[in-house]
Amino acid sequence: MIQIKDLHKSYKMGSSSLHVLKGINLTVEEGELVAIMGSSGSGKSTLLNIIGMLDLLDDGSYELDNVLIKDLDETKAAKYRNKFLGFIFQSFNLINYKTAVENVSLPLYYQGMKRAERQEKALKYLTSVGLLDWATHLPSELSGGQKQRVAIARAMASEPKLLLADEPTGALDTQTSNEVMDLIQKINQEGKTILVVTHEEDIAQMCKRIIRLKDGVIVEDTKVNQVLATQYV
Amino acid sequence: MFNQDRWQEIFETIRKNKLRTFLSGFTVALGIFIFIILFGFGNGLKNSFQEFFLDDATNTMFIFAGKTSEPYKGFKANRRIEFTNDDLYDIKDNFPFFLEYITPRISRRASVRYKNEFDNYTTRGVGPDHQYAEKTIMMKGRYVNELDVKNKSKHAVIGRLVARDLFKQEDPLGKFIDIGNSVFKVVGVFQDDGGDNEERFIYIPYTTRQSLEKGNDKIDQMIVAFRPELGHKGSLAFERQLRVFLKEKKVIAPKDPNGIFIRNIADNIKQNQQFANVLQLIVTFVGLGTLIAGIIGISNIMVFVVKERTKELGVRKALGATPKSVIQMILQESIFITTISGYVGMALGVFLLKNINETLEDYFIKNPYIDISTALFATLILIIFGGIAGYIPAKRAASIKPIVALRDE
Repeated sequence: MIQIKDLHKSYKMGSSSLHVLKGINLTVEEGELVAIMGSSGSGKSTLLNIIGMLDLLDDGSYELDNVLIKDLDETKAAKYRNKFLGFIFQSFNLINYKTAVENVSLPLYYQGMKRAERQEKALKYLTSVGLLDWATHLPSELSGGQKQRVAIARAMASEPKLLLADEPTGALDTQTSNEVMDLIQKINQEGKTILVVTHEEDIAQMCKRIIRLKDGVIVEDTKVNQVLATQYV
Repeated sequence: MFNQDRWQEIFETIRKNKLRTFLSGFTVALGIFIFIILFGFGNGLKNSFQEFFLDDATNTMFIFAGKTSEPYKGFKANRRIEFTNDDLYDIKDNFPFFLEYITPRISRRASVRYKNEFDNYTTRGVGPDHQYAEKTIMMKGRYVNELDVKNKSKHAVIGRLVARDLFKQEDPLGKFIDIGNSVFKVVGVFQDDGGDNEERFIYIPYTTRQSLEKGNDKIDQMIVAFRPELGHKGSLAFERQLRVFLKEKKVIAPKDPNGIFIRNIADNIKQNQQFANVLQLIVTFVGLGTLIAGIIGISNIMVFVVKERTKELGVRKALGATPKSVIQMILQESIFITTISGYVGMALGVFLLKNINETLEDYFIKNPYIDISTALFATLILIIFGGIAGYIPAKRAASIKPIVALRDE
């Protein structure tokens, strides 16, 4: 699914430049659930942003689903994101004046889907995260866990090849975190490839593989015995 | 532009962000409203000015006679020059190229009586063309005509205020009034835009006035109108030739500054016109200033709106919105709001101006108006600048990497 070879990325900070990623090699197969760990400044978010085409790489190559991702202008990147990727953010990033179902159908709008079809599909995914009854509520009327589930439904609605979650439980308490991880595990069991950036060890243990980053290089890449979140829910 | 889905998305955004919509709409509506009111008032001021100063015909010259100040060809200095009827005919015969019309004017104060009402008025002995020189407007009956002049008829044309004071509610037409010791028949009532004093005159045939004064043929002054197409320069040439002609006829030294005086209205008009132009300039300046203030207002709002939406735009981009679609969305929304509210503001302004009409005449604002093309143009300008003001921040927002926009808390 993902093939990254010798990836470098640095940021210009005035006159000096900050070398954030120093040669990352990474392959992720379809159906994997990968945790990317590391302390702040280790480059884990940068890596996720590059994989998510929210940021550009300086050097190396990146293939997603056998498509070489390079020379992205904003328009092309937007199309790829819409087609390949679903995002889950720490701060949910729901549009606050749109109801749950409108938020979920937004990526479908950008796919050019018809209104009725959008509505139907959005409701289907809201049902799958257990929020059908909350479809017409605004984000401000939802709890943190509910918001994140709406965000997950939104990420799933465009039926992406890859789900990217940036600290999906960072803003949630333990109980809600487990519920969200349970949902993520279930989506993974249906065959979806998921990358989770986290700095919480117990969240990482709920994935199938842990990649540890330190100072811009991968220091550890291990398969783990997945801890199922269901038992805590 | 006509994508129904996109419009639906925009209407939804507008409906759910009422405050924002109201703020930008209000700014535009207020801007255009104030522009139209101020511009209209400016035009009203101009109207008042025009009424005060530009009410008479603008292509006329007044010719007066006076005393000479130099001896010439055996005549002593200090000789009184007088015009007579044949001066009228001579000018007519000699200047057909320049002349539009010529009329004498003999002014006399007289006591005027109808039944028990009486007062002192100025009578003017005139020819038929005097009506054009003064732009006299007939309300009832007719003006002095050629037949009156030929027959020396005792016919009088009275001003609106004369009619009001002497006749009250009665219809003056066909009634007889005493002017001095003679009886005149009222054949017409006139009004004049030049103000109340102009409506206290009584016009009679000049020949009648002459016959009342022992049958002489003397004329106080002549009013000569030149063809308007001659312009100011042509009128000056006419004035020069006329002066030479009259001086020769009346045997006055060519260099004598007195004896004959010609007052060319075109000179006055030029000054007044300049003042009117300055007024127009001020009106335009005020209008432009308001418009610029409106543009700045809408620009501020647009910058604020886009800033407020940065994060939302980042989310939309992460979900697959292209930069083009982001810009399009913001522009379409802002143009939609500015168009609607712009026209609302314009309609309100025009409506108010229409209703003000005469009510502010005491403040020298008469019939304030704005031509519809100016109003539409100003509205269009505001819409276009609203669009530009929205486009610049929208373009910037659309080119921000979504990751940066998402970090914007």
